[in-house]
Order: sequence, then structure tokens, then C-alpha cells
Amino acid sequence: MQNKKFGQLEETLHYEEMDNGLKVYILEKKGFNKTFATFTTNYGSVDNHFVPPGKDEAVKVPDGIAHFLEHKLFEKEKGDVFQDFSKQGASANAFTTFTRTAYLFSTTGDVKKNLSTLIDFVQEPYFTEKTVEKEKGIIGQEIRMYDDNPDWRVYFGLIENMFHNHPVKIDIAGTVESISHITKDMLYECYETFYHPSNMILFIVGPVNAGEIIELVRSNQKEKGFKDKPPIKRIFDDEPAGAARKEHEISMPVQTPKCYIGFKENKPGRKGSDLLNHELTVNLILDMLFGKSSANYEVLYNEGLIDQTFSFDYTEEQGFGFSMLGGDTKKPEQLVDKVSEMVKAAKNAPIDQNAFERAKKKKIGSFLRALNSPEFIANQFTRYAFNSMNLFDVIPALEALSADDAERVLKSHFADEAMTVCTVRKKPS
Amino acid sequence: MQYVDHQTDQLTGLTLHTVQTKKYKTNSIVLQILRPLEGENVTKRALLPYVLQAGTNRYPSSKDLRGALDDMYGASLSVDLSKKGENQVISIRMEVANEKFLSDNTPLFEQSLNLLSEILLQPAAENGSFNEEIVNKEKRSLKQQIESIYDDKMRYANKRLLEEMYKNEPYRYNVYGEESEVDRISAKDLYTYYKGVIAQDRIDLYVIGDIEELNVKEAAEKFFTLENRGSNNIASKKDQVKPEQVNEVFEEQDVQQGKLNMGYRTYTTYSDRDYYALQVCNGVFGGFSHSKLFMNVREKESLAYYAVSRFESHKGAIFVMSGIETGNYEKAVKIIKEQLDEIVNGNITDSEFEQTKAMIKNQILETIDSSFGLTEVLYHAVVSGTDRSVEEWLNGIDAVSKQDVIDVAKKLALDTIYFLKGGSNDAE
Repeated sequence: MQNKKFGQLEETLHYEEMDNGLKVYILEKKGFNKTFATFTTNYGSVDNHFVPPGKDEAVKVPDGIAHFLEHKLFEKEKGDVFQDFSKQGASANAFTTFTRTAYLFSTTGDVKKNLSTLIDFVQEPYFTEKTVEKEKGIIGQEIRMYDDNPDWRVYFGLIENMFHNHPVKIDIAGTVESISHITKDMLYECYETFYHPSNMILFIVGPVNAGEIIELVRSNQKEKGFKDKPPIKRIFDDEPAGAARKEHEISMPVQTPKCYIGFKENKPGRKGSDLLNHELTVNLILDMLFGKSSANYEVLYNEGLIDQTFSFDYTEEQGFGFSMLGGDTKKPEQLVDKVSEMVKAAKNAPIDQNAFERAKKKKIGSFLRALNSPEFIANQFTRYAFNSMNLFDVIPALEALSADDAERVLKSHFADEAMTVCTVRKKPS
Repeated sequence: MQYVDHQTDQLTGLTLHTVQTKKYKTNSIVLQILRPLEGENVTKRALLPYVLQAGTNRYPSSKDLRGALDDMYGASLSVDLSKKGENQVISIRMEVANEKFLSDNTPLFEQSLNLLSEILLQPAAENGSFNEEIVNKEKRSLKQQIESIYDDKMRYANKRLLEEMYKNEPYRYNVYGEESEVDRISAKDLYTYYKGVIAQDRIDLYVIGDIEELNVKEAAEKFFTLENRGSNNIASKKDQVKPEQVNEVFEEQDVQQGKLNMGYRTYTTYSDRDYYALQVCNGVFGGFSHSKLFMNVREKESLAYYAVSRFESHKGAIFVMSGIETGNYEKAVKIIKEQLDEIVNGNITDSEFEQTKAMIKNQILETIDSSFGLTEVLYHAVVSGTDRSVEEWLNGIDAVSKQDVIDVAKKLALDTIYFLKGGSNDAE
């Protein structure tokens, strides 16, 4: 087991890679009641085109299958694993993103027992035609629930606008139609391809003893005798630069329209410290341009173009990246015009050194705040690790960023052809 | 070792609560300002915290105030409203980095407490009125916030259930107020109302973090200069309403999925002896993923993705929520009712019962791991007048018997079913 100390943060991270390639991380959090564990595979909704192990031909699987698999993994021959967790005083859950599927539990009771349950249920799939059919009704209602959620619709509509080919534009849960084609054999094929331990990370944070936890995982994995596996062959079509669609409007029964503006990243292939620096820089720029202490925010708020729901974010992973900003607004067109003007003006002016330093300070404070949350640490650490970054490098990376870097990123990321707009509003009567 | 090291001090005009802990990288400061729900003032009260956080005497605009927060290593400031029984509570929360984790040693805690006191006591106001411009902007924003409830159909269905179920009780009011009332509020009226709040409302200040070396009490006394107030005015009337028949309300909108909400009166609140039994009852019914609602409505019948029940501790209610196909209404309601009948008839398995207790205990211990969650748990004591330590909670849950659960379930009365159904395009 290796230990890495982060002195200023008073944290020590314990790490070991198992013989089968599983990476295990443990962060001891004294004083907390809760232990939180996530078992995550580097497999999400975008991984819909790949060569299964031992085969020559690539397959394309139905939209929503990664999420479907997540649901079905909880069901075993002897029943539902949720029940095992709650018997053991833990609450379990799972989620699927564009690039990851995570299984997790939190408990204030027996960590080791629950950890074994977590590892075992994820590593022992059990799919039958009957249980697959049953799930279609439940997930169908989950999809309907999202269909009625205007915030989700506008968010996804914006992503759809940006991409020509990249599967990030496909809804994570798929559609009622697409999931109707899913069979148990397809689930096994996806499972065999993406759930090998070498494609997964186990993260445990809480009042635990790292040595004991590592020992448990070691003996658990040894017994299972996983064979080495060649690297996964994922296939992505080329994605042209620029937004696929400049604008799109969705009709829903809402009183206040929702409007989001997006900028598609034109070179989304970064990894490691490049990605960390780039992601932090774009977020700092967004904060300087549109944060609550900015002149722009004041103008937008005073003119009634935004309200408390206004937010912004930048995210980038292998093969796709985008920033988005917006919220509820009575005047979507004016908001878009104003924001475009503001972005244009910012690109033509030098970065204000003081504002940049202030944004950095603010980011450091909010990072410390986030470190109070075991959920944040486990989820973000895993996301960072799959992209060859280290979550605990955030503060030193922030401190090292310069206004010159920001100026360069500002000019390249916020390009005219990368901009797109999505609006949700009531059907005109 | 006890779970929470909670101290209280009665200062002039407010109660200071401090919790010493080394868990966090930040210190949290929360103001809770309580008054019974008053029909004529609900909307004013909803507007007030947004006006307060939009500027102070020293930082007269939101931009200035936010700039000051950014300079304090991005201290966070947020305001919120909630209903605790028939009380409307304003929360103003700050969280600031503990300077020991920073490379420079600015005394951030004192600065934060001072700033929070200025937000409460030295707003941007002159000549007996808030700044007109600020009030107008925040009125516009509040109106949009109220409208956004309509736009989120799960929240909307929940709001409509309360309006129908508590037609003649203050609990019907939404904490964000009424859209039609917003325009009637003037900057001057609001200021007059604010002066009443400062003079009369019950105010609690929570400070949570690694604070043993800080003189919190002295600082709070220095910054929060309030007047003494009379006895606490907290609404705690017992629910006496007995529904004669179930009130069924249907509404149609262009939605993909019907939203089903059902309201039960429990006649049990935080101070009551059977409060723990009610929690276990709710847990067996629909609180968790092993509960009867989840197992039957979702897992067995595949009718829904979510089917849950939640309880309210101070009014005394259980609310059931589920999203279903419009055509499955009768079936879903029947199954939901049957699940409660099962409890009343004592059909609770040992594993359901034990799992529920384990999950409730787990939940409370997890809640107090977050500083804002801990504030909520501690604040129950203020609202109910009944103080319970975390240890008492855990023992109380352990001591509940199946018969206690049956007895409390027998008291439950279904009052209202509200169903937001899809229009004709839902017929797939």
C-alpha cells in the first residue's frame, strides 16, 4: 500500500493496485460517522460502439444500455441487493453518466460487510430475459419523469445542439423505444467488455482503517481469479468542429422560459495536468465574466434577463467538452444578445489581473468547502483519475495558473462557431 | 464520546448554538429566523431574505457584497425559506474556509460573522425604506421563483396537494408566497415588516466548526446587537382536523407522466411519545428502497420509477409521491392504500422492521455529518420545545415495537389525493 500526504489539507490518501488491475483508494476521515464507498467503471452512455473481447467485429448497442445495465446489476437470483444493504444498515445507490457507471453505499455501521457486498454484487452479474423485461416498465417511467423536467430537457437540448456525431448527445437513459431492444445477451456483452477490474476504481472515504480495508479487498479479489484482459477497443466517429445546430427550441408547459447558451470545446482531447489546467481556467473565466461579483452579472440581473437560477459550468472528458450558462429568463433573445456581446467584449480586452486573482481565491475556498463532502471526494476523485488527473492537485494547480493562460483560453474556447442556444418555452397559443 | 458537542448561550435577543468539531475544512454560520405563518405576510417574509442579501450599508449592491465574499476566499452566502409546522423560517447561511488550511492567515471567521450581522442588521436602507431599486429587482426574481414551481411538475403537484388538503389551515401557504401579492409590496412596507422581524422574531445563530480557539460568544455579542424580546412566539397547535371523506382532486396538463400525491394526517409531532414509532411506520411504508411502496408499486408492479413517503415532523403529516402513467391511477391508489392497511393489520416482517430501524439510525448519523444537516437536526428542538440528543434518538428508535408501529398507523387518516394527469397525447 502506498501513502500520499497532502500536508496543507491534512489528508493522507492510501492507494494500491490489485494484481488484476483494480485500483483502490482510501481516504481516512476521522470524526465522521459515515463511510462512503464507490465502485466505478470507466463506462458510460457514450461507450455504445466497441469491439467485444475475443471478437473481431465492432458492435453498436442500443441507446441507454449502460444505464439499463446499472439498474439490472442490483438484481440477483436470490433477490434484490438493495435489501442486503439495508439489512446491513447501509443505503445503496448507483448512477450512470456520459463516461462512468458508479455503484455506491453509505453506512454508519459495518463497513467491511457492506464493502464485500458492494464488490461482490458488481462482480457477479445475473441477467434473465424476464427481469430485463420487467425493468423496461420502471425505466420507461424514469424516462417519462425526465421528459417532464424542463431543466433536464434544456440541458440535453443544448448538448444535442453541439454535437454532430459524438454519442454524448444521446440521452443517458435512452428512449422508451431504444430500451425496448435490449436483451440479456447484450447486457452480458457490455458487462464482459467494460466491467473487468482493470477498468474500475474502488474509492472508500470515512472513519476507516486503510490497512484493514486493503487487506479485505486483496483477499476478495484473489479468490475471484480474474484473467488479464486486453485493452478495450472503443470506437468514436470523427466529430467536426463547431456546433451542429445554432439554436433549438422545445415546447413545454412552463411559465418562465429557460434559456442556455453553450460553447463547444474545439480540441477536447486533453488528459492529465493539461485537462486539469484547462478545466480550471475555463471555469475561472466563466466566474470572472459571469460570477455574482462581476459587472456583467449585475447588468443581466438589473435588466431582468436572469434570476437566482442563473448558473454556468465547464466540463471536459475524453472526446467532448463544453461550457454552458443560463437559467430562467423572461427574455431569452435579449439574454442571448447580451451574453454574446459580453463574450465578444471580454475577448477584445486584457484579463484584469485582480479579478483573476480573486476568482482563484474564490475557487480555493469553494474547493475546501467541497472537501467536507465524502460524496464529492469519492465521485470527483474517480472522475479525475479516469482522466489521469489528481483531485488533490487542484489547489497547487490553481495557484500556478496565470492570466496569460486565461487570455489564450478565452480567445480559443469562446469561438463564434462554437456557440449554440437552446430554449424551453410554452407553445405560442 | 457523544456524537455532538452542542452548547447554547442565551444572548440578548438571540440564542447562540455552538458545535465544536474538527471534521470540516470550513466553519459554518447559520441564522434561523422564525415566526408563525401569517397569511398577510407570507410573501413579504419570502421577499425579505433576498433583499437582505442584495446589499448592506457598507456594501450597497449585490456586486459589492459578492466581491467582499469572494475576497474572503469565496465565503458562501445563501438564503432560503422553509416551513416547520405552521412556522415560516428564514435561513441565512454562510460557510467560510478555516484559515488553517490556507497559505495566508486572514481571520476569516470574525469577518464572516461581522458580515452576516451587517446583512441582518445594517441593510441597504434609508429614511425608513429599503432601497427601492433592490426591492424591485428582487420582486421580479421572486415572481419567477414562484412561477418555477409551476414549471417543475413534481413540486407543483406537491404544492397543489397542500393547498387542497389544508384549505382552512395556515399550512396551505407556500413559503415563497403568492405571485399576485408580490407587486403590492412596497420598499417602505417591507422595511416596516423587517423592523418587526428584528424586534420580535425568534432568532437562533448556529456556529459549527473548529472554533475552540475562537471567542464565538464574545464576537456574537459584539456584532449582533438586538433588543430583548418577550416570550417565544412559535406556532405549535395540534392538528384536530378529522377528514370525513377522502378529497380527490384531479387536474389535467400537458405532462408525459401523471404525478400522484396523497396526504395523510398523523396527529403525531416531534414532541409526542409516539414520534419514533411514526418514523418507523413511515420507513416501513415508503421511506426506503426496501419499503412496501417501493417493493410493490415499483418492483412488483413496475408502475413507477419513484414511489415514496415522507413525513413532516411539526405539522404531523405523511405525504406519498409517485409518478405513474395516467391510465394506472386507480390501480396505483389501490396498491398504495393496501400497503398502509398491511401495516395496520400487523403484516410487518421482522426483516422489514429491523431494516427500517437500521436505516433510520443510519440516516440520522449521516445527516449530522454535514454542518447544515446538523443545524436542521438541532433546530427541531427550538421549533418543538423538546430537546433530544442524538443518543436519545437512536435509543428511541431501538425501543419501538411492532405494536407501536401498528398503533401509530391506525391513527393515520388519508385526507386528500391530488393527481396531475396527462392530456390526450398520453395514450401510448
